[in-house]
Amino acid sequence: MDSPGPLTSTPSSQFDIVLTVNGASHRLAVDAQTTLLDALRDRLHLTGTKRGCDLGQCGACTVLLDGRRINACLMLAVMAQGRSITTIEGIAEDGALHPMQEAFVEHDAFQCGYCTPGQIMSAIGLLTESRETDDATIREHMSGNICRCGAYTNIVAAVRDAASRGA
Amino acid sequence: MLPFSYAAAPDTDTAMRMVGADTNAAFIAGGTDMLQLLQEAVIAPRHLVDINALPFVGVRFDQGSSRIGALTRLSDVADDPGIRQHFPLLAQALLETASPQVRNMATVGGNLLQRTRCLYFRDATVPCNKRRPGSGCPAQDGLNRINAILGGSEQCIAAYPGDMAVALLALDAVLVVQNAQGERRMSLDDLYRLPGETPQHETALRSGELITAVLLPPNTAAANSHYLKLRDRASFEWALVSVAAALQMDGSQVRRARVAAGGVGTTPWRLPRVEDALHGRELTADLARQAGELAGDGATPRTGNAFKVPMLQRAVERALVTAGGLA
Repeated sequence: MDSPGPLTSTPSSQFDIVLTVNGASHRLAVDAQTTLLDALRDRLHLTGTKRGCDLGQCGACTVLLDGRRINACLMLAVMAQGRSITTIEGIAEDGALHPMQEAFVEHDAFQCGYCTPGQIMSAIGLLTESRETDDATIREHMSGNICRCGAYTNIVAAVRDAASRGA
Repeated sequence: MLPFSYAAAPDTDTAMRMVGADTNAAFIAGGTDMLQLLQEAVIAPRHLVDINALPFVGVRFDQGSSRIGALTRLSDVADDPGIRQHFPLLAQALLETASPQVRNMATVGGNLLQRTRCLYFRDATVPCNKRRPGSGCPAQDGLNRINAILGGSEQCIAAYPGDMAVALLALDAVLVVQNAQGERRMSLDDLYRLPGETPQHETALRSGELITAVLLPPNTAAANSHYLKLRDRASFEWALVSVAAALQMDGSQVRRARVAAGGVGTTPWRLPRVEDALHGRELTADLARQAGELAGDGATPRTGNAFKVPMLQRAVERALVTAGGLA
């Protein structure tokens, strides 16, 4: 796959971009308004990342961008070229669940499951940020992820557990 | 979303030229407010100019003062060890801003320039003098719980919603602004305009100008500063009322005070009468209460937010007590 050329400084509304998602390169044609979330779900059919609000207020669309957690709905796909994106589909290795996924299962940290991919990606991002891992800090630093089913208690337990195991 | 074209500016001159020449063009950096405004059709720029390649990233220190590049992500400022040590008020305000995901993308410059959360501004289907000049202000006697009690006019009572700007006011921040002629500096105080008769003009920036850095003079209040944010939820929620208090103390005596409020003004709001009541005085619980009372001077409560006046007064009192070590 050719590496992407430099982004044009000539205004355009259609772009051929290469998105690097979970280590794989994908070439796709997008218009300027296509968000990263749109591209992941509708174009690449990676539907693990969910659309909850499209306004950056719920966190269901949380992915990692160069290892840092962001809201995919708040980024234009054309601005994600050249960056490395990790989604929920990309964290299990050789069929083995990521430790954070395991912790969510063990602690029953979801009901309907809709917010769960975003919760897991956000929690993985949190643990790379070198923060304290007491419950109050976990709650505060997971506040970008809303759970309508109210699974917060178990989500905190899962994150605490994963942190203690060095996930 | 309404259609627009996009271009990534390779350098500052190109960026300024593209936006300066076209009133339908706008800068995009972190995009965390821009994407919301686009999704809800609050604004409709025809051209977006991406400025992320410009060299305005990083936090530098020089003999106690700091220079923060305007493209630095909020989380990088909040987690910077030098900022945490020398400007804890700023780090504290940032950690109470938005969510971790938003902070990882949002930039300092974009955060300063964020638009109001007024319900009518953000609803493209209703009148709004800021969004559509001359169409009216339904907030005046409408759903105005989150609107301003200071600095409003008959045309507009939209509150400035940000936290970082309030803390920066209390830290005497100066902005570096670049334009086609070169560079100019302005005190953060001078960036924001009151709505008056022209609420669509929110800042003193001219078309195409770019904020490139925030300068902070050496902080004499690091040991006695506090950011207090009062809101409906414990996190990831805008301020109903917030207060930044920065005190330079000599024992229990206040040598110098800077106090600013958020959530209550149409711009980030300095409270000079509160500051003047503190200078040279011994900080006691009584003085904090008296100073807090002064914060309500000139406030105009709205039909839906009269609670903000006593809340502001008590928040100032509480912030002073905490900053002063009396808590």
